[in-house]
Amino acid sequence: MWLNQFLLLGALLFCIGVYGVLARRNGVMVLMSIELLLNAVNLNFIAFGAYHGTPVGQVFALFVIGVAAAEVGVGLAIVLLIYRNRSSIDLESVDLLKG
Amino acid sequence: MVAQNIFFAIIALAMVASAVRVVTSKNILHAALYLVVVLAGIAAQFIITGAEFTGVTQVLVYIGAVLVLFLFGIMLTRARIGREESVDGDRRWLAGVVALLLFAVMAYALVDAFDTEALDAQNALEPQSTQMVSDAIFHDYLIPFEAVSFLLLAALIGAIVVARKE
Repeated sequence: MWLNQFLLLGALLFCIGVYGVLARRNGVMVLMSIELLLNAVNLNFIAFGAYHGTPVGQVFALFVIGVAAAEVGVGLAIVLLIYRNRSSIDLESVDLLKG
Repeated sequence: MVAQNIFFAIIALAMVASAVRVVTSKNILHAALYLVVVLAGIAAQFIITGAEFTGVTQVLVYIGAVLVLFLFGIMLTRARIGREESVDGDRRWLAGVVALLLFAVMAYALVDAFDTEALDAQNALEPQSTQMVSDAIFHDYLIPFEAVSFLLLAALIGAIVVARKE
């Protein structure tokens, strides 16, 4: 196995996630795309950990999983609040700070 | 090694196809369920590289907890179950161009840096046992670990405070 096959898979997933974050206007779907980004990063951590033969890659992947769990909890709470205030989670309409 | 490569290819194909469906599906529930395939594929890749503990944690945390949170989010925001045309923004083509350019740059850099470097050249890809991982977490990375647990607590309280009805 090459190191690069994991890194390229991670890069491809990351770019698909970037497309999702930019193209979607539904708040929950944007959060799903962010999960894609974080998982692509985890794949890189694990691949480099295996490449160097240390468990440190796994340790940081576990940290990222923990942070992602916190992120999705707070993110969904914010989306729920937006829905409660405007009865829509269309992110294009959340532009109160636009000059 | 050949068997690992075959499994890698099958899982990677399924993951990429599902990931594309996650970001293009018009049906929000289908997008969430395609996300399950991607997350399970990631867990399988972890196990292929010998990271068993992280693979199991991935299944527990992502498929067990995060996906249920997403389904709750879909339910509570009363998304239409079924196709919905309004989930994609108007600047989709721009987003596609950005993603393609980003992938071109990253692929060029990765191929340039690691060409055909073998993953298992030095250490024959030994499984990194759960004992090694726990030793690393609770010895070298104890303070970051405590910081993550505190962050989780803060996020939990924050989510309750934000989402609670007045």
